[in-house]
Amino acid sequence: MKEKPIILSGRFWRRVEERFFLGLMLFSCGVIFLGLVLIVLDIFIKGLPALSWSMISQSPKGGFYLGKGGGILNAIIGSLVLASGASLIAFFLSLPLVLYLNIYLKRTSGISAFIRFSLDVLWGVPSIVYGAFGFTIMVFFGLKASLLGGMIAVSLLIFPIMSRAMDEVMRMVPRELLEASYSVGTTRFETGLKIVLRQTFPGIITAVLIAFGRGIGDAASVIFTAGYSDYISVSLFRPVATLPLAIFYQLGTPFPEVQDRAYASGLILTVIIISISLVTRFLSKRFHKYIVK
Amino acid sequence: MRGRFIKDRLVSLGMVAIVVLAGVMVFVMVVALYWKSRPILEVKSISELFLGRVWGPSRGEFGFLAFIVGTLWVTIVSVIISVPLCVLSAIYLSEYGPKWLREWSKPLIDLLAGLPSVVYGVWGVMVVVPLVRNYLSAFFGVDTSGYCVLSGGLVLAIMISPVIIHISVEVLGAVPFELRETSLALGATRWQTVKGTVLRKALAGIIAGVGLGLARAFGETMAVLMVTGNVARLPRSVFEPVYTLPALIANNYGEMLSVPLYDSALLLGAFILLLVTLIFNIISRLVLLRIERRGY
Repeated sequence: MKEKPIILSGRFWRRVEERFFLGLMLFSCGVIFLGLVLIVLDIFIKGLPALSWSMISQSPKGGFYLGKGGGILNAIIGSLVLASGASLIAFFLSLPLVLYLNIYLKRTSGISAFIRFSLDVLWGVPSIVYGAFGFTIMVFFGLKASLLGGMIAVSLLIFPIMSRAMDEVMRMVPRELLEASYSVGTTRFETGLKIVLRQTFPGIITAVLIAFGRGIGDAASVIFTAGYSDYISVSLFRPVATLPLAIFYQLGTPFPEVQDRAYASGLILTVIIISISLVTRFLSKRFHKYIVK
Repeated sequence: MRGRFIKDRLVSLGMVAIVVLAGVMVFVMVVALYWKSRPILEVKSISELFLGRVWGPSRGEFGFLAFIVGTLWVTIVSVIISVPLCVLSAIYLSEYGPKWLREWSKPLIDLLAGLPSVVYGVWGVMVVVPLVRNYLSAFFGVDTSGYCVLSGGLVLAIMISPVIIHISVEVLGAVPFELRETSLALGATRWQTVKGTVLRKALAGIIAGVGLGLARAFGETMAVLMVTGNVARLPRSVFEPVYTLPALIANNYGEMLSVPLYDSALLLGAFILLLVTLIFNIISRLVLLRIERRGY
């Protein structure tokens, strides 16, 4: 019997297909990771030369948006204050919520499944919608664009993120630990506060930091609600500047000097986000040893 | 003794209040935005709003068509670019790649998911827009300012990739190992196993991941606003500028209270965004929940 030419054999084509798709996969991985690395790298390359001490130590002076002196201290402080306040509000909503889901309700409870589902769905709602919703709340209460308004909108935005992140670690708490605690006569609240909270402490800090990072970087939710101000202000009822909006406005001017400052401001924001991410990693490793397994 | 139980009760009451709040928040948002957009819905018909091409708030004309079409173009372009790359990467990470790569890619992907959209926007203006203006346009023989559908799509494609990769890797990882072994034992190659067994099982989950990415792209505001040029016209090619719905809301908040019905129109825009993203999120999450519960 004559052997088939190699080009017709199934084995050959299988190998070609395998190689072809492997190559395609490697290519895709390369493109995605290169893209991701490039973003951070480009921001550093473009931002570093434009960065100066006055950028981070001064508020905008007259003609700042025309290329004259000043910095974005107002926006840095504004963003830190706003994101901290929002994280605090979100924390006092998230902690009781996840304690209730994990300690008071049974593991198979339909209510907790529903709440988890709604939180996941809320996670996917665009931040501009939170901005618009926050704005309608503000109009309802007669508030103007202010630090408080921004805090409310951002806290709504980060509340599902924080709760879900906390929930993930609380679900990991061994049932036996709770039972051991109940068996010495504690109430559920005491168990929650003194046992579960301690057990999940690193996870909770991580959740708060993740939410903080998300809050500090978001522009669309603060654009109506927090407004903008060239002055450093921490009054709850005054408009406040935020870093993402500072970047946006600077990039929107036609002057190259000001646009360079937008790159520098972008670098500052990126550095803040990367540091938060690193601290989160460090903390979760560091506190790991206090956890009962 | 008694005090401790009373405390427990009181605290749990407070918790229930917050749980209820979390449970009804979606509905409150839907109702609030609908209620705010009612004034314009009463004056104008749905078809007038959604099929109207003219946007002139000062003349009382509120045609959303250009914005809706613009948002769709940018979203679809981003999904077309992103999905093949993300799914192939996810297959590589989960089926082929070494373990260390999987472990190292996770924090990187998380970091990218956490980068603010303004930073993506800055990068878009800095890198993508010149790229499209100077190189891609010459390649395709068209003239463009670079602020166009394609730039928005490219930036969005990178922005949504962490979501799609993350979900896909997770879904692929949940396919039982025995299935792969069975297929390999029958003499299938690795790719044949992936194609015939793993992907078939994971398809629903991957589509759900794409749905989540799509919802994110649809609602993304700042990054898109910065690179798509913001011209309210129906685009004829990917090299033309568009104005997306989120960009419309973000750009006009300042003047919206001074023109009658303007605020209502913009909040109607937010209401549409909310509904579309909710639908995509709910369906995707339901699919993922089913996979998580039942396995395969």
